[in-house]
Amino acid sequence: MIKAILIFNNHGKPRLIRFYQYFTEDMQQQIIRETFHLVSKRDDNVCNFLEGGSLIGGSDYKLIYRHYATLYFVFCVDSSESELGILDLIQVFVETLDKCFENVCELDLIFHMDKVHYILQEVVMGGMVLETNMNEIVAQVEVQNRMEKSEGGLSAAPARAVSAVKNMNLPEIPRNINIGDINIKVPSLSPF
Amino acid sequence: MSKILKTHPKSVQSHKDLILQCLDDKDESIRLRALDLLYGMVSKKNLMEIVKKLMLHVDKAEGTTYRDELLTKIIDICSQSNYQYITNFEWYISILVELTRLEGTRHGHLIASQMLDVAIRVKAIRAFAVAQMATLLDNAHLLTGNMQRNGICEVSYAAAWICGEFSEHLENPMQTLEAMLRPKVATLPGHIQAVYVQNAAKLFATVLKSQEGNTDSTAAQETSQLMIERLPLFVQSANLEVQERASCILQLVKYIQKLQQKDVEVAEEVSALFAGELNPVAPKAQKKVPVPEGLDLDAWINEPPSESESEDEQPKAIFTKEETKHSRPRHIEVDEKELARRREARKQEQANNPFYIKASPSSQKVYQDTPGVEHIPVVQIDLSVPLKVPGLPMSDQYVKLEEERRQKERAEKKKKEKKKRKEKRSGRGKKHDSGPESEEDITPAHMVDIVTEEMPENALPSDDDDKDPNDPHKALDIDLDKPLADSEKLPVRSHRAVEAAKSPGEDGDAETVATQQPKKKSGKDKRDDKKKDKDKERKKSKDEKKKKKHKHEEKEEDLLRGEVHEPVVQSEGISQVAELPTSTSAEVSDLDFWLSNAPVPSNTQEAATVAAAEAPVAEVVSGAAQDSEPDEPKDTEMEETKSSKHKKKKQKKEKEEKEKKKKKRHHHHHRHSDGGGEESVQNGTVEEEEPLPSMSNYCLLAENSYIKMVYDIQGNLQDGSQVVVSVIFENKCDSFLKSMEFNVLDSLNSKLQRPEGSGPHDGLTVPFQLPPGVSNEARFVFTVQSIVMPQKLKGTLTFIVKNEESSTHEKLDFKLHFTCTSYLITTPCYSDAYAKLLESGDLKGSSLKLEGVNMPFHHLLARICFHHHFSVVERIDSCSSMYSRSIQGHHVCLLVKSSGQTVSIDAKCDEPTMLGNVLDEIKQTFSQC
Repeated sequence: MIKAILIFNNHGKPRLIRFYQYFTEDMQQQIIRETFHLVSKRDDNVCNFLEGGSLIGGSDYKLIYRHYATLYFVFCVDSSESELGILDLIQVFVETLDKCFENVCELDLIFHMDKVHYILQEVVMGGMVLETNMNEIVAQVEVQNRMEKSEGGLSAAPARAVSAVKNMNLPEIPRNINIGDINIKVPSLSPF
Repeated sequence: MSKILKTHPKSVQSHKDLILQCLDDKDESIRLRALDLLYGMVSKKNLMEIVKKLMLHVDKAEGTTYRDELLTKIIDICSQSNYQYITNFEWYISILVELTRLEGTRHGHLIASQMLDVAIRVKAIRAFAVAQMATLLDNAHLLTGNMQRNGICEVSYAAAWICGEFSEHLENPMQTLEAMLRPKVATLPGHIQAVYVQNAAKLFATVLKSQEGNTDSTAAQETSQLMIERLPLFVQSANLEVQERASCILQLVKYIQKLQQKDVEVAEEVSALFAGELNPVAPKAQKKVPVPEGLDLDAWINEPPSESESEDEQPKAIFTKEETKHSRPRHIEVDEKELARRREARKQEQANNPFYIKASPSSQKVYQDTPGVEHIPVVQIDLSVPLKVPGLPMSDQYVKLEEERRQKERAEKKKKEKKKRKEKRSGRGKKHDSGPESEEDITPAHMVDIVTEEMPENALPSDDDDKDPNDPHKALDIDLDKPLADSEKLPVRSHRAVEAAKSPGEDGDAETVATQQPKKKSGKDKRDDKKKDKDKERKKSKDEKKKKKHKHEEKEEDLLRGEVHEPVVQSEGISQVAELPTSTSAEVSDLDFWLSNAPVPSNTQEAATVAAAEAPVAEVVSGAAQDSEPDEPKDTEMEETKSSKHKKKKQKKEKEEKEKKKKKRHHHHHRHSDGGGEESVQNGTVEEEEPLPSMSNYCLLAENSYIKMVYDIQGNLQDGSQVVVSVIFENKCDSFLKSMEFNVLDSLNSKLQRPEGSGPHDGLTVPFQLPPGVSNEARFVFTVQSIVMPQKLKGTLTFIVKNEESSTHEKLDFKLHFTCTSYLITTPCYSDAYAKLLESGDLKGSSLKLEGVNMPFHHLLARICFHHHFSVVERIDSCSSMYSRSIQGHHVCLLVKSSGQTVSIDAKCDEPTMLGNVLDEIKQTFSQC
């Protein structure tokens, strides 16, 4: 089972944190800190698996991580998960992110926090791997985006209409006339 | 990993060299795994070698966790299966002593327990151990402060105990006694102090004994005096145990002193207090208590029940099995035949009983020949039973190895080794089937001094209790020299390479940033100082120039006061000017900090050079100074990224001087653009050395043959409904322009703020006249209600053109365009706050794509920052997050990504309409260039 997914940058700033096992807030922070210290000291050419820190589960747990440009993707898993499988899952996750936010970068994780979580939920849920097929994941995310857009489109329509009306340059027409609030609306409709 | 040991020990063994190599790997987890495997790989032959290697690693290891791990592993390896692989305990003791020198280990108690264990169980080693412990005690006091922190002080517990208990081996007990009673001991943890006190008493007894042999009784009395002097310290201890022991012993010593003064021989009695040897009790000792004579546990108390009673069988079988072992030798004379018969019967029974776990035959064998059992008094629990004696097939080699390590012990040890070997040989013959190595090991009970008393417990090497079926290393009893089957080779692990390239120079980034901060600060200070100087100068020159424009100025200032609600006192203004850059640069340094997170090498480099080298600092200063130079035309443009207050001050000064300096303007333009570049550095938008193209937010409002008007609109931070329009009027003709009147037709949404008492359609008088070729700036305040939409206001400027012969009334129509951008105010934002804001999910998103943008990314950012009043939150390579806030508090967040010529901008804002408009405006900005 996957116990936690941590994404932080080279400086240990958490970018996405997901725990599938309950930990208190303080504990979570400690885990992040410890994991960062474990992972950040490692060279790029050393093994991507390491025995877990003392905080999250002890010896039964492994950290599987990958380092992409400025980000560390760390999965804390117990001994029932395959290291290589998880390593590949990280790759799938990152590639999916890259597909969804073309040219993904660290800042996308902050900016599209919600979407990143959706994508993650497509891949892992409750500590279990749900889907490893990238196309499948991307398709689901796209469907969701489309739904979101159509909803947003509907709700935004009235606002757009109102703004269109407002946008018309009213003062041009009634020049030098003392215009009250009511008067203004009448000439504003005349162009229609 | 150690699971492999259990199942495929052979394949692990064959990779011994590889595993030893892995200890040197730079990957910590590989080293840990190697350590795991190593545990099962040691044999008598290579133990010293391996431990020596590990000791080297201990010295090298940088992380405390790994060092601790090494320490525990060394101890584990050495102590596994009852020190089976240790051939020389002196060596082991010295290893332990060496380990105590480690700093910051948490495993002091482990070392301590090993020391105690070895010292107690290996009689022959005691003298050596005691000597070592005595030195350790001496050193311990030097290191107390250090030791307390890192838990290694536990070692002094062992040291004190060993010195006390085996004090007869001490060379200089008096010295050790003194060492134990040093006042510094009081800083040790309570339980250790207690041991110190107790063992000081033991030592005292020994010292007395040795001193009483002499005729001179004063020495003995001095010793008592020493005790009496030092013990009160412990009597005061907060720890109850220490207190109790100390006060008991104190009273005792006082009594002894009294007796001594009467010349009574007390040494015998005192040492009787601590007489008797403490022997360790084996966990299984209870089982091995010999059965008293006459008690035959095999005999049925009642008539044997029917043979089919299988329920009882198992417990009985187990019990009887143990009992036989002990009772047997005793019964040999009694009725050997009978016993043999019974045993046969029982074995038969056991063989038929499926529940019975069969004892290995060797256990019986060993016991058959146990000679020592008879000498044991019945009450005493510990047995001296046959022991495994480590064989020394290669002992010469070991001697060599050890000679390298510890020269001081050489001579003494050699003797011992030889003795050992001899006795080993003579004793060889008993065997035990645990493996090829151990065949040489077993000797029957006899008096080899190193090992005889090693452990009266666990005495049966082949006892099946010893064989833990779960022991992963049991399987390792394998001949390493045997060739390995090809199929047993370990697969070599290889890693998947991380694809994304890591940009260089990233590694040391954090440190660089850290070291940069102070430097940068000093640079900043310098800058501020210089700025202040400049300000002073400026003030002077201003004063000079003031005289001419005096009247004008007053008028202007009045107007400005009305408009902008600002204090106009010059000195105050200046002090603010001096202050403000400080605050901005503080912000800047924060921004820089985040920006320098970005792995752009040039970024950090540049920051570093700016901070470190004098020259760049000067440059920056001059850039900043140019900005604030009052004679700099249009410097307001550049200032706008700073606080608007600051800017307004500047503008005032500017006005005072502008007329005189007008001609210089063109010369300034170039510098001015540099200033712009530097300015954006301060704002964290641009880090590259490349100068930015000059940018101006002023755009043309209207123009005719007489006058040209350019304007800029800015939000007012203080009031969410106000925007300030700064208009620069430039006289293009040869005539004097005067009585300018600025009027705008108000719309529902936006209104020009007019002085009180004037009607809604009255114009505002521009508070200055323009001589030929002169330009000046006036500001007008508008009130807006809704800022989500851009809008245009129509207006007219009327003025009188006056030359020598005539004056004409002229009019110029214009259109003020209020963009949504102009409602935005540059607001710095920390990335945490930024993340939180986006996390809240209240913001609506929208995105924009720009094709064919050719400018470098930092120019692009600078443009957005400059024209659209954004600030960079974070930048990573060609990706940047930006933030701005509208005068009414709408948050606008941008994520700008550039790849090639395509720039994608994702935006989020709590007001979608506004966001759409801002994006449109950004698009327009870039379509123009």
